[in-house]
Amino acid sequence: MSDAKEKYEVVIGLEVHAQLATESKLFCGDSASFGAEPNTHVSPITLAHPGTLPKTNKKAVEYAVKMGIACHCEIAPFTYFSRKNYFYPDLPKGYQVSQNVHPICDKGYITIHTNGTKRNVLLDHIHLEDDAGKSIHDLYPDYTCIDLNRAGTPLIEIVSLPDMHSAEEAFQYVTEIRRLVRWIGICDGNMEEGSLRCDANVSIRLKGEIKLGTKVEVKNLNSIRNVKRAIEFEVERMIKMVENGEKIIQQTRSYDADKNITFALRDKEEANDYRYFPEPDLAPIELTEKDVQRIKELLPALPQDLQADFVEKYGLSAYDAEQLTLEKDTADFFLQTANISNQYKAIANWITGPLRQLANDQQIDFSQLQMAPEQIAGTIQIIDEGKVNFSIASSKILPALLGNPDATALDIATKENLLQTSDTGELEAWIDEALASMPDKVKEYQKGKKGLIGLFVGQVKKISKGKADPKITTELLQQKLG
Amino acid sequence: MFSFSSIEEYLRDLLHGRTTCKEAVQYFLDNISSAQHLNAFLEVYGAEALQRAAELDQQRQENPNSIGKLHGVVIGLKDVIIYKNHKLSAASKVLEGYEAVYNATAVERLLAEGAIVIGRQNCDEFAMGSSNENSAFGKVLNAKDNTRVPGGSSGGSAVAVQAGLCMVSLGSDTGGSVRQPADFCGIVGLKPSYGRVSRYGLIAYASSFDQIGIFGHNVADAALVLEVVAGEDEFDSTVSNEPVGSYVSNIKSNSDKKYKIACFRQALEHPILDAEIKTSIFNTIEKLKSEGHEIEMVDFDYLDYIVPTYYILTTAEASSNLSRFDGVRYGHRTKEKNVDLSAFYKKSRSEGFGIEVQKRIMLGSFVLSAGYFDAYFTKAQKVRQLLKKATKEIFSQYDLLIMPTVTAPAFRFGEKSEDPIEMYLSDIYTVFANLVGIPAISLPLYQHSNGMPFGLQVLAPMFKEDEMLQFSDKVMEIKAL
Repeated sequence: MSDAKEKYEVVIGLEVHAQLATESKLFCGDSASFGAEPNTHVSPITLAHPGTLPKTNKKAVEYAVKMGIACHCEIAPFTYFSRKNYFYPDLPKGYQVSQNVHPICDKGYITIHTNGTKRNVLLDHIHLEDDAGKSIHDLYPDYTCIDLNRAGTPLIEIVSLPDMHSAEEAFQYVTEIRRLVRWIGICDGNMEEGSLRCDANVSIRLKGEIKLGTKVEVKNLNSIRNVKRAIEFEVERMIKMVENGEKIIQQTRSYDADKNITFALRDKEEANDYRYFPEPDLAPIELTEKDVQRIKELLPALPQDLQADFVEKYGLSAYDAEQLTLEKDTADFFLQTANISNQYKAIANWITGPLRQLANDQQIDFSQLQMAPEQIAGTIQIIDEGKVNFSIASSKILPALLGNPDATALDIATKENLLQTSDTGELEAWIDEALASMPDKVKEYQKGKKGLIGLFVGQVKKISKGKADPKITTELLQQKLG
Repeated sequence: MFSFSSIEEYLRDLLHGRTTCKEAVQYFLDNISSAQHLNAFLEVYGAEALQRAAELDQQRQENPNSIGKLHGVVIGLKDVIIYKNHKLSAASKVLEGYEAVYNATAVERLLAEGAIVIGRQNCDEFAMGSSNENSAFGKVLNAKDNTRVPGGSSGGSAVAVQAGLCMVSLGSDTGGSVRQPADFCGIVGLKPSYGRVSRYGLIAYASSFDQIGIFGHNVADAALVLEVVAGEDEFDSTVSNEPVGSYVSNIKSNSDKKYKIACFRQALEHPILDAEIKTSIFNTIEKLKSEGHEIEMVDFDYLDYIVPTYYILTTAEASSNLSRFDGVRYGHRTKEKNVDLSAFYKKSRSEGFGIEVQKRIMLGSFVLSAGYFDAYFTKAQKVRQLLKKATKEIFSQYDLLIMPTVTAPAFRFGEKSEDPIEMYLSDIYTVFANLVGIPAISLPLYQHSNGMPFGLQVLAPMFKEDEMLQFSDKVMEIKAL
């Protein structure tokens, strides 16, 4: 099998739907929020009552353009909606309002990193459309339930060219999209709640072949990990088929995460004729260069730009810069803290280490951590001044600062008696105790194994529960041991 | 004894205490009840209208200086215009049991100015038809000759005004559905510019053609109602923000402006046109010339393309607009059990929609389908663009355009139902205004030797309703002389 694999090139194109985090729906004032009681965000417009008309939500247009700018797309100066006609009970109007001819954002790319190399995955376009409602088939045996809260909520569909060649690339691509949409604040990126959805078009061809192989569309990929697993499964299935002399047929398949398999939903022959035509109820969207410029100014600095800044202006390593820009909140926190303190490397370490750990432990977003940049700057300062060491600060001071906005690290260290001591009397007592506990090592040291000094210092720290100032301890030890 | 000739006079009588809203409503209710055979109304809101009339009478007594522009004006609504908490059918079985949950913007504005809605009016199902023979609730009779059609699709609304069953009616005009029945019934029928009146709350037939239109006994009444319903609306993104003119005072200003008017040679010389209509319009042209207006014959080579273009584009839009009537959320749902989803849709919709509507849905689905889209829809759209351009050029040289409204006066029931092409072709003079979006009005100027009335159509550039109405009022005066 592994030999056979080498013969083929995998070709993947992804269609990623991102639900825009606007307050209201794409064409009416109903709330677009997730999780309400079924069928409570349903005005006559959402329900497609006779005579109702759509009106475009300007915020949704702005969000789509933001994503277009972040993905280096060409923003269309003139664009319009089309109707995609089909019947389904969760589609009240009998058509979806989408864009099939002139999408709002054309071309563009998304930068991914795989195995240490950087590559731009090319986009075909990004378009705006409204979502359907939800059909719930498994609540009652004889009925399908329809929840139309989601009907009409705004989506963008980010359509890549068939430009990815491994499941890993697809994984990195979706990861990057999720980071981007969250970064620019247009989508919460939650795949479990369906705010971010992905369909994969997968095909294989012999290496060197120019013509694309027959593609299969895989749906129902509800996590980034499943995008990868489903593609891996599908590629394997296809190679097996071709190796066995079978023909791949163009079809739509669904991924079953429990069994880690894909199965056929429908063949191409059954494909709908959607009878697209320009939506006559909506005025076209016209965007001047000035409009695009205005929207551009609303965008935060993008991760790639910040990474470069972090390396060039703050002297961080490329790794730290990348870690800090995994999410916007950590990058923002870095910048805010770096405004008060110039210990950039230390700030980066605190954010990517103890602070992120704290958020993970509590299963909250970084932004929900109740911690002020001033508090971290203060913590770094007292470490720098030798008043506490890092381990005490992260294990004792940090938890006490959390949710305690008025407290400073120094307050807590003082109150909790955590300040390192430079009182030689107390230190000498600890040193004596330490040395007494390891007479052999003392002898070895005195015979010339000077490297053992670290061990003694460590022992003193342990006995002092971290309060011993390592610098003074070392000096005293050296004096004592001669 | 109450009688009605114009809204202006009615309002004067109300303020001088010579009549009351209640008396007016009662008068129309009596007329409706003695004209039931015409089948103009699908439902009459008798008690409700009387109650509102009493409230308005009370209000007027307390505060005679602040009455609405349409205070006590008794209005009928074509049953495609949405009136909250009232049934709505579009003269179709597919909306069985449906009750409106909001008001159309136009209705909201009528009510705010004190109008009284007396009932909902019969029409061709989903406004598709030229004879009112396509209603699921029976045909409407022309009051002038009960063996003849009232025209369509707003037949009930036209007959209601013709037969004195209400003061004015709101209809809808997608390809002549206000002007043609007005012509057949001998009244004024006004189709505003596309985007002049909000379509919010008008059941969509063809979104880029539909406009709410007005039936009245005279130009001033139609102008007044237009003034009230027209203008911007946050619920319709195709409505224009062009300021609404003072149409009524404009008419009254009675300027003696001389107009430069175009007339399509191919329209008047078309073989389909009835000879008497042709002669009458030529006579009017001479009369207008003698009044000092300048009228010129203009070549217009696209005439034979407009009906096919119209039917391709309107059926395409209709096929999509009518998808929402699927029996899932409201309206008719098949009683058959144990059918799969596809059969559920087919049965619910086949049972609910009448033949003409089904025909147009299929036609529209066909012209939008893969492989045919460019040959039909795209091509028709290009023709529409050409027509718009040509129209703009004409109006760069002329103030107005005149044409017949119809090819022949009201025909007899069944006369054209066998030949849909002939029926569609008879829309040749009215669909033009909808294709290019301009305002048009049919003026009841003539009587045919067969006893039926017919009209003259006046068309104006986009949003030039003021000039069109001013001129129309003048033409009506000439007739009166």
